[in-house]
Amino acid sequence: MGTLASVFEQSGLATVAISIIREQIESTQPPRALHCEFPLGRPLGKPGDSVFQHQVLDAAFDLLKAESGPVLVDYPEEINDDADAPLSCTIPPADDSSKHPAEAEARGLLPVWRRSYEKYGRTTVGKAVTPEQVPEIITLFARIADGEDWTSVGLPGDPTKLGADIKNFYEEASLSLSEGVPGARQAETWFVTQTKAGDVIQRARIALEKQEAGSYFTTYILPMTQVRDPEGDSND
Amino acid sequence: MLSRLEGYSFDEVPWVSPKPLSECRVAVVTTAGLNQEGNADWNPGDQGFTVLSGKKDDFTLGHFSPNFDRTGWVVDSNVVIPLDRLNEMAAEGKIGSVSDTHISFMGAQPDHTLETIRLDTGPAAANILLEEEVDVVLLTPV
Repeated sequence: MGTLASVFEQSGLATVAISIIREQIESTQPPRALHCEFPLGRPLGKPGDSVFQHQVLDAAFDLLKAESGPVLVDYPEEINDDADAPLSCTIPPADDSSKHPAEAEARGLLPVWRRSYEKYGRTTVGKAVTPEQVPEIITLFARIADGEDWTSVGLPGDPTKLGADIKNFYEEASLSLSEGVPGARQAETWFVTQTKAGDVIQRARIALEKQEAGSYFTTYILPMTQVRDPEGDSND
Repeated sequence: MLSRLEGYSFDEVPWVSPKPLSECRVAVVTTAGLNQEGNADWNPGDQGFTVLSGKKDDFTLGHFSPNFDRTGWVVDSNVVIPLDRLNEMAAEGKIGSVSDTHISFMGAQPDHTLETIRLDTGPAAANILLEEEVDVVLLTPV
């Protein structure tokens, strides 16, 4: 972010960068930066709160009044993520008991996911598969988790992208299972710790490690703070 | 852990003195890995960029990293690319206007020197905004 700002400034554009990782903005020294101690993924702080977003923008654009730089100012209000407080959701009944329990769980969530999509008109599912394909992909990960060779179960793409599609599907479904806008990463923790699919991905990640599938797959298939070793200890 | 991400800094901090904000045309450059028209993927290490039309709110977020919240984005895209807020600021006269064109790169690049962005794609993206007569760029990370 800081480097990119300098590239644009060097090209003749005045820049102001919002920062959410302070050490990074300190080391890259862009011309003007407003550091916001906000959750990663929410640089304007509060989704759905236009007043708050305007306050952040006003503070950012104020930095353009400086006559020399680099300028680094801290936004006075902090927002923490809520990764330690998983969203409270009641998962709808699984729709087909002949499927793997995690796939059945995801099939039960499909109508809920569709409700979220209709409401917000936006999805982050689709890196490798469609939302409708997500349930069957979970069964492939369950087979990996149970010891099958990951190269032979028929994954239709990169395991990290498939894992992201599954996680994002659940997070988006959760938006229709809870009240209001969740805190940052509450849905993520709900997915990883409270759902059958989350358990499958965690166990598949461990199996991929044992099979030496590659550090890219095992590092990015789940958020780094959600990685648990086989004994259940967090590595964060 | 993320705080240990390295970055590249220039020997001298470049500096442009802008016009008064009320006369400036503003564009957003984000590192969220945004795209449009349904493409929801962005490969790790890809230092390219996408040109985004501000006229259509059909953005997709393709960033490869799982290490940030996406629910805020799904609920309200302004939390990443605040075009509604900028249009409101333009209507109030706080800024001159909002560019029709915005740019996305993807952050969390494994090549910490960002050589391609510094020498190739970054200047190319800046030229697109200069052609759009943009004066000020607001950068947003995820």
